[in-house]
Amino acid sequence: MKQIDARGRACPEPVLMAKQGLKASPAGIEVLVDNAVALGNVTRFAQNAGYQVQSTAGEGDTHKLTITK
Amino acid sequence: MSFFKKHGLVVGTGLVVGAISIALVAFGNPKNMGFCIACFLRDIAGGVGMHRAEVVQYIRPEIIGLVLGALVMSLIGKEFAPKGGSAPLTRFALGFAVMVGALMFLGCPLRMMIRIGGGDLNAVVGLIGFVAGILIGIFFLNKGFSLKRTYDLPKLEGYMPGLTAIGLLLLLTFGAGLLFFSESGPGSMRAPAAIALIAGLVVGALAQKSRLCTVGGIRDALMFKDFHLLYGFIAIIVTVLLGNLLTGAGVKVSFVEQPVAHTDGLWNALGMVLVGFASVLLGGCPLRQLILAGSGNADSGVAVLGMVVGAAFCHNFKLASSADGPTANGQIAVILCLALVALIAVLNLHKQKD
Repeated sequence: MKQIDARGRACPEPVLMAKQGLKASPAGIEVLVDNAVALGNVTRFAQNAGYQVQSTAGEGDTHKLTITK
Repeated sequence: MSFFKKHGLVVGTGLVVGAISIALVAFGNPKNMGFCIACFLRDIAGGVGMHRAEVVQYIRPEIIGLVLGALVMSLIGKEFAPKGGSAPLTRFALGFAVMVGALMFLGCPLRMMIRIGGGDLNAVVGLIGFVAGILIGIFFLNKGFSLKRTYDLPKLEGYMPGLTAIGLLLLLTFGAGLLFFSESGPGSMRAPAAIALIAGLVVGALAQKSRLCTVGGIRDALMFKDFHLLYGFIAIIVTVLLGNLLTGAGVKVSFVEQPVAHTDGLWNALGMVLVGFASVLLGGCPLRQLILAGSGNADSGVAVLGMVVGAAFCHNFKLASSADGPTANGQIAVILCLALVALIAVLNLHKQKD
């Protein structure tokens, strides 16, 4: 699955990166984020777009969001 | 998920911000200025003598409270994270530009909403400019604008905004004789310090938790059809409107004779175009920058410093408008800042990687 690294990005870049990622790979993507704001925003965006979102905590502040249909 | 569960916190925050704005005016803050980030940062710049406009000098405890409220809430929620290094000086310049635009219009986006809730139609003109500025910013975001990523920083760096706020509180409490406090004009109109501080703490904590952002509301609605933050935005205007009606403060729907406002539509709009455009590039409105700074984001801290220095420039070089209208210097500064922000936007376009 295609992985997008949105760590360290300010609002609204993580959401924009996820949007563009899903446009290129509509089946699903993984997004790395490193703060609660991006975690919430990307999750809300993907759910609004009709995707399932699964979040797993990684090293430090990193969270991996697995976005699938 | 129910509307309330999904959007309750941000709507609730909007209600509280609106209600507190009304209360602060009742307690003595200038009319339609219960809470204004630009005005209050400008007052602080004056309070420490960075400018000598005698009518707008005071250490506003609301700002101290906002930063400390956000700090405490981010620590409780384990969201406090010292980060920075994403084009700090560019962010300083953008913060500076935001202030030039805000002092042309006479208010940050938050005060714009409070002014709309008070019936000030000049602020509706400002809102049109604000949305236009956000649209310009979105255009560049979609083209690949980015100030690149942040990095982890030493813990102390994240506490610096909070420590600065505590320093200002100590100055306000023990050093009033050293400072410049207005004896007339908007800077002399102030709610009691303890009430203002508590108001700031409450709003800071709620805004941190809910991510309330005046720029984000319109940006996300236009970019992603995500209306979450916009509900908070609307809640503020509605609460202020109702609050003004219920408390007898009144809503006077007009362009003329509005408190701390001028009627030059073109420059009200252009000022807010600048605020909207530069704020989108910063990633959030002035309120949000303060909240992020309190939560450990050094980049937002630098943007706030840009606003404070910008405010000092505005009053030292007569760029700021007054009730009499904009100044020629201010008009030139807004145009120059629009050009600067456009240049920053163009030079930070990065091709999207696959």
